[in-house]
Amino acid sequence: MAENQRILVCAGTGCASSGANKLISALEAEIKLQGLEETVSIVGTGCQGFCEKGPTIVIEKHQVLYTSVTVDDIAEIVASDIIKDERVERLLLIDQVTQKPVAKLSEIRFFAKQKRIVLQNCGIIDPQKIEEYTDRKGYLALQKALKEMSPDEVLEEVKKSGLRGRGGAGFPTGLKWGFCRGAAGDKKYVICNADEGDPGAFMDRSVLEGDPHSVIEGMLIGAYAIGADEGYVYCRAEYPMAIKHLEIAIGQAEEAGYLGKNILGSGFNFNLNVFAGAGAFVCGEETALMASIEGKRGMPRVRPPFPAVKGLWGKPTNINNVETWSNIPHILRNGSEWYAQMGTEKSKGTKIFALTGKVNNTGLVEVPMGTTLREIIFDIGGGVQNGKAFKAVQIGGPSGGCMPEEMLDTSVDYDSLAKAGAMVGSGGLVIMDETTCMVDIARFFLSFTTKESCGKCTPCREGTKRMYEILDRITKGEGKIEDIDTLENLAHAIKETSLCGLGQTAPNPILATIKYFRHEFEAHIIDHKCPAHACSALLSYSIDAEKCKGCGLCAKNCPTTCITGEKKKPYVIKEDDCIKCGTCIDKCKFDAVIRA
Amino acid sequence: MNAKTFKKENIKGVIFLCTECQDLVDPKEITLDQIITKYKHENGPLIPVLQQAQEVYGYLPTHVLQHISKAMRIPLARIYGVVTFYAQFRLTPSGRNVINVCLGTACHVRGGAKVLETIEKELKIKDGATTEDRRFTLEVVACIGACGLAPVISINNEVHGRLLPEHITGILAEYE
Amino acid sequence: MAVLKLTIDGREVSVPQGTTVLEACRMHDISIPTLCHDKELTSGGSCRLCVVQIEGMRNLPPACVTQATQGMMVETQNLKVRAARKTILELLVANHPLDCMTCEKLGDCSLAKYAYEYGVTGEIYQGEKRNAPIDDGNPYILRDPNKCILCGKCIATCNAVTERSVIDYAYRGFNTKVAPFMDTDLKDSNCVYCNRCVAICPVGALVDKSMIGKGRQWEFTKEEVICTFCESGCKFDINSKNGKIIGVTAKSADNGRPLCLKGRIGSDFRYNPNRTEMPFINQDGEFVQIPWEEFLGLGNIVEKINSLAK
Repeated sequence: MAENQRILVCAGTGCASSGANKLISALEAEIKLQGLEETVSIVGTGCQGFCEKGPTIVIEKHQVLYTSVTVDDIAEIVASDIIKDERVERLLLIDQVTQKPVAKLSEIRFFAKQKRIVLQNCGIIDPQKIEEYTDRKGYLALQKALKEMSPDEVLEEVKKSGLRGRGGAGFPTGLKWGFCRGAAGDKKYVICNADEGDPGAFMDRSVLEGDPHSVIEGMLIGAYAIGADEGYVYCRAEYPMAIKHLEIAIGQAEEAGYLGKNILGSGFNFNLNVFAGAGAFVCGEETALMASIEGKRGMPRVRPPFPAVKGLWGKPTNINNVETWSNIPHILRNGSEWYAQMGTEKSKGTKIFALTGKVNNTGLVEVPMGTTLREIIFDIGGGVQNGKAFKAVQIGGPSGGCMPEEMLDTSVDYDSLAKAGAMVGSGGLVIMDETTCMVDIARFFLSFTTKESCGKCTPCREGTKRMYEILDRITKGEGKIEDIDTLENLAHAIKETSLCGLGQTAPNPILATIKYFRHEFEAHIIDHKCPAHACSALLSYSIDAEKCKGCGLCAKNCPTTCITGEKKKPYVIKEDDCIKCGTCIDKCKFDAVIRA
Repeated sequence: MNAKTFKKENIKGVIFLCTECQDLVDPKEITLDQIITKYKHENGPLIPVLQQAQEVYGYLPTHVLQHISKAMRIPLARIYGVVTFYAQFRLTPSGRNVINVCLGTACHVRGGAKVLETIEKELKIKDGATTEDRRFTLEVVACIGACGLAPVISINNEVHGRLLPEHITGILAEYE
Repeated sequence: MAVLKLTIDGREVSVPQGTTVLEACRMHDISIPTLCHDKELTSGGSCRLCVVQIEGMRNLPPACVTQATQGMMVETQNLKVRAARKTILELLVANHPLDCMTCEKLGDCSLAKYAYEYGVTGEIYQGEKRNAPIDDGNPYILRDPNKCILCGKCIATCNAVTERSVIDYAYRGFNTKVAPFMDTDLKDSNCVYCNRCVAICPVGALVDKSMIGKGRQWEFTKEEVICTFCESGCKFDINSKNGKIIGVTAKSADNGRPLCLKGRIGSDFRYNPNRTEMPFINQDGEFVQIPWEEFLGLGNIVEKINSLAK
């Protein structure tokens, strides 16, 4: 019979979109119906990480994960797992290798190779309740810092841990804090950069949604070390749940005396504000972010002066991203030596990656630095979807690059990735298979950076546009062979002369794809063919009249009604209206649709 | 109008209106003034004020921007520069339903562009436009952060994931 | 003041502390191309044309905002630097209307000057060009946003006047432009046509309408004059061609109000050789010249005085 226990329902943005909130209501109703409300509690948690199989539910007592749960499954879960203590086998995850259901969370391959430090509370606690955080050693690190350590000792501890900024460039965090601490000024700020703009990255969102207090605690400790008394969390407006959870957490922390004046009787004051961004990728750049808080256009300015000397409203300011701040409490609580054990010589600790694209297990993954891409993609991610061949992994978002199969044994750390022409970036890993065209991917990233360029400096404003135009021409089969050289020359000039990081890294996706996938560029230019059959301008669809049985399935499913015909007679595709989506080819049972 | 009919509005010390004028004043304007008063003395208030004004009006009409400029003593050109810089701000009213098509990397590799093309053909509008009957506004966004469900669109913040082009007609039909 | 020693293009030079690399170069007659820089305004470092190579620095930093330091090794003319500048110019020219023959700015255009110097044609990066309507709705300033290189000088100089800030950057990325509120014509903004922006524009995006078609820069002789309309004492140039005054241009982009509309138009009258010495009166819809005594209502005052003297 049921004893005191908790059912953890993932209510992060991913699972919420697949109906997690309905599950929570259904569970609550069922628990009440069974008269279990005294003993069983339902917790809506942050992201549990396994977005692919969402919505997911964890029965905490047995550490069982149920995947792709629907409202119809609720009664059975309660009746059998909670009441009879028997697993609902059909909702368990099937192991890809053994093809058997896996009963324990720790035995699931997706989780087994992970090392969850920053994510240790995500998906386990109710992020809207401070007690759940403090029950799991929350705010102990702050107490230790304020009561037992001087600001210099805190700074030293962070330096010794070897933590480097998780926002992309990997600047040593302790060193950065030291600059700000050493800067002259009566007022200093700390800022949490939660303007996670890289398409395909959602780790910061998940941490803010699932464990907001860890970020607040990290910022408090940082502010104490630096000598700041005010902070901002600059969060994308596209993340309403993160903003909401953060605001709740700040309210609770204020009430509990962790924020405000004379914190824990130490004499240290700290005030934290949330600032919702208004939709501009470039605001992830430090100086643009500060301009945005000041109510201006988010245009980066020239450095020096660095923010550590002249930042927000001209005051010394230290900016770190969500994941960096969230690491701090763990370092203080467990010590820098413990932290420095994880990772490689120059990249310590763990890193969270958002695994997306054509991979079996999309989701949130935290691994020690130094893990290879192959381990992440194949052991944790379960390989490429639908048995297709792996082609490339895009790492580091619009500032990073695509790495081919032969680079999969690259260790994931700042230096190895930079050497390979990519970067850790914020940690998006997008997996691409044989049906992804690499020229198209380069074009995609350039269309992104072109749209997001602030327009201030010439090379980025004009140059990204021209690179995009050249790539667009190539994907349409209108490229010239000298375009590849033009692209490379322009790319180098933009890298070297742009004002901020956005422009300086915008050419990376092009340079990396030319480096590793030059043959695909050449195929588009010389043969007017897209090897991946992805560039629609180079494709044409037609129906083989011999093979077509006139079943009409293609016409029924065509989203643009460009296929016409009479039953039992061959159908015809009208090319002008065809958007080349390939639905017909997938639907045809007689292989009658020809793609050329 | 008789001075005696003045009464204190229960708006926090901001605006006093006589009972007769009250009906003549757009309640939205009162809210706008409250927002401005709330932020006026804080640091860097422009973006939160614009965000909240947009929440009140649904978009940022010219007269609202002029009002903000005057009340906050920020030059009009600077406000216009900020409004046109950030993707969130709109200068024209949106349709009854706002479709955000995600074209983040994950959605792109899983066929987001085809989804967009299908919607564009279906509604006969392009990114940023509103249908003539004001039923839909179509906007392309970089990432909604629901990459696990790629490709996704969100309509009025309701996310539809794991889409194929053939799903579109059915989904759009759900919105009036 | 402390003196710094640095090496520019292999030459050791000394400059006072607090000097930028650009200033250091210009002090020693080393030419560096600039478009967005103006010594009177805060430099935004946005055009990137003044990039140089500095030992130990990542990428190519812009000289205009980089502080000179002791022992710095600067290269201003090597192949890499020149190639980068050329690319930037190619990008600007590729998005620029090349109607130079009829452009008012011909002979005084910074973009044309550098394009000539670096052998830039704008042919490499052909693609979409800006295509914004030309603002011709007022009698004073012609604004062609398609010629604008977004250096931001006009915005900075407009901002330097209190309560003005008529224009600012609008939109972003490739669509960025300089615009008044709601992207209207200047006539619908609160512009007072002081023409400071015109005086500072390095290209033909902002043109003084009164001078259109009246002559080329090299045909003008300039005379610096101080305006006496108010106590500000703005400096400006009187431009004349073949002894005939063509127009007035403002000089300084600094704070204050160099040459307001009143000063400019008033000065135009004052220095105009065609200026008439006699008053006119409207008689049945026609202006008829009359003597000063009559205009001032003094009629036969001379006779009266004469008669009194008797």
